[in-house]
Amino acid sequence: MASKVLNVFYTDDDILMEAIKKAQSKNYQIEEVFCPFPVHGLDKLLKVKHTRLAITSFLYGLVGITVALTMMNFIMIVDWPQNIGGKPSFSLIENLPSFIPTAFEMTVFFAAHLMVITFYMRSKLWPFKKAENPDPRTTDDHFLMQVNVGNNDIQEVAEFLHSTGAVEIDLKK
Amino acid sequence: MYTVSKNLKLTAIILMVVGAIGLIYGFINVPSSVEEVQELIAHDDHAHDSTLNADHAHDDEHAEHVFHQLQNKPWASIYTAALFFFLLSAGALAFYAIQNAAQAGWSPVLFRVMEGIAAYVFPGGVIVFVLLVLSSLHFNHLFIWMDADVVEHDEIIANKTGYLNVPFFLIRAAIYIGGWAFFYRLFRKNSIKLDEGFDLALFKKNFKLSAGFLVFFIVTESMLSWDFIMSIDTHWFSTLFGWFVFASMFVSGITVIALVTLYLKSKGYLEEVNDSHIHDLAKFMFGISIFWEYLWFSQFLLIWYANIPEEAVYYVQRIEQYPLLFFGTFFLNFLLPLLILLNTEFKRIPWIVSLAGIIILVGHYINFYVMIMPGTVGESWSFGAAEIGSILLIGGLFLYVIFNALTKAPLVVKNYPLIKESKHFHY
Repeated sequence: MASKVLNVFYTDDDILMEAIKKAQSKNYQIEEVFCPFPVHGLDKLLKVKHTRLAITSFLYGLVGITVALTMMNFIMIVDWPQNIGGKPSFSLIENLPSFIPTAFEMTVFFAAHLMVITFYMRSKLWPFKKAENPDPRTTDDHFLMQVNVGNNDIQEVAEFLHSTGAVEIDLKK
Repeated sequence: MYTVSKNLKLTAIILMVVGAIGLIYGFINVPSSVEEVQELIAHDDHAHDSTLNADHAHDDEHAEHVFHQLQNKPWASIYTAALFFFLLSAGALAFYAIQNAAQAGWSPVLFRVMEGIAAYVFPGGVIVFVLLVLSSLHFNHLFIWMDADVVEHDEIIANKTGYLNVPFFLIRAAIYIGGWAFFYRLFRKNSIKLDEGFDLALFKKNFKLSAGFLVFFIVTESMLSWDFIMSIDTHWFSTLFGWFVFASMFVSGITVIALVTLYLKSKGYLEEVNDSHIHDLAKFMFGISIFWEYLWFSQFLLIWYANIPEEAVYYVQRIEQYPLLFFGTFFLNFLLPLLILLNTEFKRIPWIVSLAGIIILVGHYINFYVMIMPGTVGESWSFGAAEIGSILLIGGLFLYVIFNALTKAPLVVKNYPLIKESKHFHY
């Protein structure tokens, strides 16, 4: 039998942070926290693993600059050599300065768009997806902490959480 | 209160003495006549085993040319160093004014460090001014437009004499330097007064002063860069030159703020400065380095593309005669800071920030070198006693002045309305 999970509601982010610290000191297992807005320091408190999105962004940037230079090489040098501004050198490296703006823009374009798409995929977001938060109030003015009761006495856990300033405690269905 | 350690004081004085010796040696070492230069060139030619010296008239002309360049060399090197450190401290002053005008909450614990570095604006400005006066008295030929003989035979320069003439030039220089030093004094006075007791009026006064200063600064800085640097290559002009010089001095100023902060922290001062403050400074170093590169490349791209001879010659000379330094700045000022400071965690590690900072300072000194030297010494450049001596001399003086200024007031401001936020700053 899976252990019971409590939905604990708070109305203030500072109280929530204090409550998390207290619950952690009691070794209660916090499964997930839902907030209406990003709470500063929450990720560190919950020891959420640092995102690797920045690394993917860097790699996408490298892809972008490669695509841009390959593209410019094909368009301007190989397929249909063009003489613009008296610089018909027909060589990528000699015409490089004029391709830098394109390369820069493509780097930004690839990094930004692919990073957003990665973020959607990684957090399993897509259009018409149903919200995962257990209570709609967490999008308004309530903070929700889910605590796994485990082998503890459920009444004891609930009373402890109430003492940390919770405004409402439900059993997760 | 902070007291300068004996070691640091001694280091600064030794730097100044060694630098002065190097510079004096550089001045003594200048060939005293064209004949001496001809000998030097002949000696060089033997070394290169070149026997193609048929055209003697051309040789003489060349020797005279080189002679003038070598005469300029020690002057140009002391001018480069003096200007670099002066503008760097002005960059720190601008950063300080921006923090005030933006009412930034993170930086007030660093205000005294910024004030200390900006204290060099006045002495540094005076040195630059003295060098300019000596130039206008024809002790050297850094600025060819100051030479009446050249102007007479050069229509382009002759057309510019309405702006580029010695009296107006020196008046402008006095306004820039005096204006910045004046604003610095007011900031400093108000800041120290605020330590004695809280007064909202003082805070507001510094806010308004900063906003006013920033307007005055960006106009005068832009004109200063035309006057002090761009006019060396009198024929050439670039419309974004003011920004280009600004980016260079601004990032150097911020870097020095970070380095001094790290130094003081390593000595046990500035306990309230945490790694988030360092992180923010490093972010500025990172960002302004990219901004500098953007301007460096923009200036190059348009001139390269348009390929108008009188503009392109500026880059032709730099790429032909200074290839290593010219392209080196790209690596030192952009690529290395970019790669070193890209990682979030690295921006908080003192030795990595110091490493990036030293790279940035070296790179921007070279940037100034590449802006000033081609127009003054041309292909006769080299890193010798005069160049290194100048850096040591001015650098030692700079260290002495800024650390002396840091002892004059507590290292953290008191009663500044945002100081509490700054002490709790946490990212």
